[in-house]
Amino acid sequence: MNSAQALLRSSPEMVRIRRRKALRQALQALFSHSILILVSVLFFVPFIWLIITSFKQETQVYTDPLVWIPDPVMWSNYPDALTTPAFNFLPLLKNTLFYVVTTTIGTVVSSTMVAYGLARMRFPGRNLLFIVTLATMMLPGIVTLIPTYVLFKWLGWVGSYAPLIVPAFFGSAFNIFLLRQFMMTIPWDLTDAALVDGANDFIILWKIVVPLITPALLVIAVFNIMWTWNDFFGPLIYLSDSKQYPLVMGLYAFRTRTSVKWSLMMAATLATCFPLIALFFIAQRYFIEGITLTGLKGV
Amino acid sequence: MSENLASQLSVKPSRFNMNQRKREAITGYLFVSPWIISLLIFTAYPVIASFFFSMTDYNILRPPEFVGLKNFQNMFFEDPLFWISVKNTVYYALLSVPLGLLVGLLLAMLLNQKLTGIGVYRTIYYLPSLVPAVAATLLWLVILDPRLGLVNQGLRSIGLAPVGWFQSAVWAKPALILMSMWLGSGSSMLIFLAALKEVPQSLMDAAMIDGAGALQRFRHVTLPLISPTILFNLIMGIIGSFQVFGTAFVATGSANTAGPLNSMLMYMLLLYRNAFRYYSMGYASAMALVMFLVLVLITALTIRSSSAWVYYETAGRQ
Repeated sequence: MNSAQALLRSSPEMVRIRRRKALRQALQALFSHSILILVSVLFFVPFIWLIITSFKQETQVYTDPLVWIPDPVMWSNYPDALTTPAFNFLPLLKNTLFYVVTTTIGTVVSSTMVAYGLARMRFPGRNLLFIVTLATMMLPGIVTLIPTYVLFKWLGWVGSYAPLIVPAFFGSAFNIFLLRQFMMTIPWDLTDAALVDGANDFIILWKIVVPLITPALLVIAVFNIMWTWNDFFGPLIYLSDSKQYPLVMGLYAFRTRTSVKWSLMMAATLATCFPLIALFFIAQRYFIEGITLTGLKGV
Repeated sequence: MSENLASQLSVKPSRFNMNQRKREAITGYLFVSPWIISLLIFTAYPVIASFFFSMTDYNILRPPEFVGLKNFQNMFFEDPLFWISVKNTVYYALLSVPLGLLVGLLLAMLLNQKLTGIGVYRTIYYLPSLVPAVAATLLWLVILDPRLGLVNQGLRSIGLAPVGWFQSAVWAKPALILMSMWLGSGSSMLIFLAALKEVPQSLMDAAMIDGAGALQRFRHVTLPLISPTILFNLIMGIIGSFQVFGTAFVATGSANTAGPLNSMLMYMLLLYRNAFRYYSMGYASAMALVMFLVLVLITALTIRSSSAWVYYETAGRQ
């Protein structure tokens, strides 16, 4: 820096301009943060109310004025809510995990195989198959609902998890599409070398492709976990025995009982949401990527 | 878009001779076979079968009996609930889709600032999207309690009249829409945010040098560049909102009621009731088919209209 510039920088005029600029930036940041915090409150207050209500005595749930701090704090709401015959948490959780784990394994394995076929192999009709896959992504579920139900009824599968799990083992359009796009970016030289060395396609897929697309696999796994955890319609129409219910169905059944305590119901509600929210904080990146990739350009 | 697709479809030749090619094709079919089976059994067959079922009287126990267009006739001219459900669903979609787009976009713009701690806000805004519809509805039943709920007491404290929410024929649908904003904005927000991050800073700077204000920059730079994302969120929003089920189903309390004066009787609720309560599979299939055709039509019209308002970079370059 030469002396003329230094002189200019330290001139009272420049100092004032710089100070004013810093002040304006600080004010702008303050303003932005205030709006962001205000919106956060709108989104977060329902959660806070959920937590507060779940620790209340039933008589304090609906009061005027509102009770913000439960007195006494009813820790016993949790053991009470989670062990009532109407909402038996551990078996419900076990069923949910069974549903989540089996469909996730099914869809990841099958979608990877199909995506590999679409991305890396040549066979007549491949492009048509890809276009059909794209079209399927937009198909409204309503149109396949009843014939599919009739089919499962005919197979004798209604009343079991089979209708909810078996389809996952045959791939899903979105997952196949996503994995194919990832596989297309892998250089061919890499797999060709292995081919020359006598490796077959299963070995190439397992040893070369899968390690390279692991982030994408985690994205679809997390996405499927979230979807299955929250799935209500499937269990509602296919399951009939309350011993088989996943958490969401258990919660619904709890609500349909006539003499229900709202404080206990809020405890059950929080318990139903909690595992997924915990998983979100562990694997946040994959949740967000999954959603973001849903909106892929040019689809 | 078509150019994009074509370049994705072309594949570099890699294998060596004819025999090898044949083997590759066979292995290829082996790899995609689960998906072909799925497309045939879980997509093609149901779509075709729903045309057939919609023209039958079928209660699962007895074989379907062909009745021609009777189901459609009942639906359009004899079932008052059908038109109530159509009205409710259209009301819900007309409000929740544009509002959802607007809220999603506004949230994304809020998050698209360079500030410390912006990740924390993103997490908070997204958190409700993780809540199952059943759980969210139970929570909002408490918050929107007409007498002593959080929202109504808040309204009272600032001098506004409390409303009946889920227990009022007028306010039940707005309550559902409000809840859907809380529950569903997170994902459209993230999709918009990804699009906003793609808007090149150089374009914004150039517009600023040309004297464009913040509003003009948004209108003439940001909006055209994120229009494909708006189209995507719009189509997904329409398809989703026409099939809304879980929230309305839980809010009404039981499968046989649908809120005061059937105000929460959504199309899917009526379809569910016919299919899985009355086992009128034929009638329910006819309902599903009508909804399917309407959605295909709306989607096609939306995509067709998009050439007027969606800007594709590749098209601009040609």
